[in-house]
Amino acid sequence: MRGWPFIKLLPHKTNFHFVKYAFPAGILSVVLCVASIVACFYPGLEMGIDFKGGAVMEMTAPAGKSIDAGKVREAMNNLDLGEVQVQNIDGDQRAIVRFQVPDNEDQTAVVTRVQKGITDAVGQVAFSGTSVVGSKVSGELFTSGLLALGAAIVLMFAYIWFRFEPQFGFGAVAGLVHDVILTFGLIVLFRLEFSLNMVAAILTVIGYSMNDTVVVFDRLRENLRKYKTMPLREVIDLSINETLSRTIITGVTAVMVLAALAVFGGEALFGFSIALMAGIIIGTYSSIYVGAPIILLWGVKRGGSIDEDAKPIKFGMASRP
Amino acid sequence: MIQLSRWKVTLVVLSLLVGLLLAYPNVLTPAQREALPGWLPKNGLNLGLDLQGGSYLLLEVDVPAMRAKRVTNLVEDVRTTLAEQKIPIGSLQREAGGVVVTIGEGAQYDAALTALRTLAQTGAPQGQSDRAVTRLSDNRMRFAFTDAALAAMGATAVDQSIEVVRRRIDSTGTKEISITRQGADRIVVQAPGESDPSALERVIGQTAQLTFQMVDTSSNGLQDAMAGRVPPDSELLMGEDGVTPYLVKKRVLVSGENLTRAGVGSDQNGRPAIDFRFDGQGARRFGEATAQNIGKPFAIILDGKIISAPTIQGAITGGTGQITGNFTIQSASELVNLLNGGALPAPLKVEERRVVGAELGADAIKAGQVSTAVGAGIIVLFMILSYGFLFGGISVIGLMLNGILIVAAMSLFQATLTLPGIAGLVLTFAVAVDANVLIYERMRDEARAGRSVIASMDAGFNKAMGTIIDANLTTLVAALIMFAFGAGPVRGFAWTLTIGVFTSMFSSVMVAQVLLGYWLKVAKPKKLPIAE
Repeated sequence: MRGWPFIKLLPHKTNFHFVKYAFPAGILSVVLCVASIVACFYPGLEMGIDFKGGAVMEMTAPAGKSIDAGKVREAMNNLDLGEVQVQNIDGDQRAIVRFQVPDNEDQTAVVTRVQKGITDAVGQVAFSGTSVVGSKVSGELFTSGLLALGAAIVLMFAYIWFRFEPQFGFGAVAGLVHDVILTFGLIVLFRLEFSLNMVAAILTVIGYSMNDTVVVFDRLRENLRKYKTMPLREVIDLSINETLSRTIITGVTAVMVLAALAVFGGEALFGFSIALMAGIIIGTYSSIYVGAPIILLWGVKRGGSIDEDAKPIKFGMASRP
Repeated sequence: MIQLSRWKVTLVVLSLLVGLLLAYPNVLTPAQREALPGWLPKNGLNLGLDLQGGSYLLLEVDVPAMRAKRVTNLVEDVRTTLAEQKIPIGSLQREAGGVVVTIGEGAQYDAALTALRTLAQTGAPQGQSDRAVTRLSDNRMRFAFTDAALAAMGATAVDQSIEVVRRRIDSTGTKEISITRQGADRIVVQAPGESDPSALERVIGQTAQLTFQMVDTSSNGLQDAMAGRVPPDSELLMGEDGVTPYLVKKRVLVSGENLTRAGVGSDQNGRPAIDFRFDGQGARRFGEATAQNIGKPFAIILDGKIISAPTIQGAITGGTGQITGNFTIQSASELVNLLNGGALPAPLKVEERRVVGAELGADAIKAGQVSTAVGAGIIVLFMILSYGFLFGGISVIGLMLNGILIVAAMSLFQATLTLPGIAGLVLTFAVAVDANVLIYERMRDEARAGRSVIASMDAGFNKAMGTIIDANLTTLVAALIMFAFGAGPVRGFAWTLTIGVFTSMFSSVMVAQVLLGYWLKVAKPKKLPIAE
């Protein structure tokens, strides 16, 4: 049967001139990165209680009964706990309450007070899940979350430097920083809650994006040895083209699987999967358009001398702050 | 490399058998697991609190509060000692770790020094006192805890707190509660399954500091104190009802530390009460105090609230006594448990709590199962559609071995599986087939370059291997960082990723090598089915 297995349908040799579009792509990336950074402060990340401190309480009414969100809100407002959010989920049988725990009050006492206030207002409900994070702990979690992201980027840089060359390291890190910033931007855009799980998602994006970059770089290194006289720009194009079918298959698999997680994983995994999916798409794009072209900016050592071919192509925008 | 070698076949078969053996308990019910012969592994997956339901409490030992309390006792000791020696006190100035005493009459300075030196030595082994006296100018001297003692207080307080919490939890009979130290002054208590953490919190949240102190009966004392003029050696406390005020002396006659045993008894009216017995030191002090104060009331104080304030009828020298108050059978036995478990050296403050109801956990498991099944299904379908039944099928078999090995490794190491961990697992599957994709694409490249089937398959494995290792190491680095910085669910995610990296590299490369080697031997193909 012709065309089966379907992998044969992929053109066996693509000849896209990726580097030719690196300049406009670079500008696009810089613009999107700046927009993402701005978005992180205005309107700003929607911090979950992991990083902001406060409480989330989930309650379920007995079978056949419903929870009146209005009554719960009223009861909560009477407790004088500052800003309170009440929201029905899964129809009216369940509800989620978010509130702040005053710094000078005991967590246990506040939780007990809230539970009593709510049961007084709407009758007996089961408190199926409660999370309370004190301001001290949330501050520490936030710091360690940021540290983790920083440490990941630094370690990846060191790893690529060690396994390849410094120029490759810069390319990889530029790609990583780009992915992390854009993922943050999308988290803001989709109004996803920034929580501990989100940090895990971004770390995974970092791992995946590196994975992708390494595959391209590996081929690049091999081709640089193989075609000693081919201009650097063409070697880069060749390497990206040669790895393109793998990039597409793996990327599509990962995105489809994450889509399944987002649809079937329930509320807890939704934001997490969406962020991962966005990050993986961005990571795939950046291995082609950020990681490899950046190497052109510096050039690479081939047989002892820096490749002169690097000179005429200037898209320095990407490296300017 | 592609040649079928005996050790590779053996390794794949062995790992499959070991994997099955270790993963097997997961399909059994707990009862069936118990019935397995002793030499077989019994552990199933260790589900995190978000899947199983349970409570997580992060408690902070309030060390400053404990130090402050110890200093208060020290100040009162100084006051009483000097009063007993009839040495007039000019002033007592409290400091962070002790007190600066100004002696009223210069002539008495040496006498005061001797008295405080004796006080520093009481109850301490020779030359090892935790308190020290220093001379200062102008009739002043400092009586304070040594720096070493202050530093040790924090460390011992956390150790003791863990000890006390463990004793208290054990006495409730609840099993499987883990108590671990975190950082310098924190304790993590994790209780799986317990959907109502309030009982747990009642048990560990109470300091259970029991003290016996005299009631200040000076005339108008209480009225003055209510008006804001509290005498320096007294404090204003509330009764258990939270309304009735009492003025009591700050000095502690006897404290809960001197209790040897408490039990539930009943008073003359048949209401629940608490019987207790003091140790030798406690009995002597209590005996002396009661003998000196017949006819006066004393207060029994639990965590700053007065349980009762009976009047001393006569000297109590036997070392036993009874606390009566507003007890129910339940509250009395809870208090008895607390007293027998010992008082917490310092209050514990809950800094973080996560409670997941068992029902919510079951929902999460269901969501995890469905999304894993759908995700795996998509990968299987996609691989077979892309690479056909042979090559695609081989990666699917590798994937199955991978799944078995992950479950086996996680059961063996008892790594916690969390909901994000399940997501990590599904993603690991996607990245695992990436290794196959890299190998297959490489083979296609080589076949296109005109090599023979064997040569291109060989080159495919050889050349892709470096890339696969590099690519997987980066995931490993990311996972290690999650370990170092992450908490709870994130660590679970990191565990799954780490285990997945190893098992997926093994199964996607090894299984493909063995099966493709076998295919080469049997089918003797002229053409690579995945190449044009």
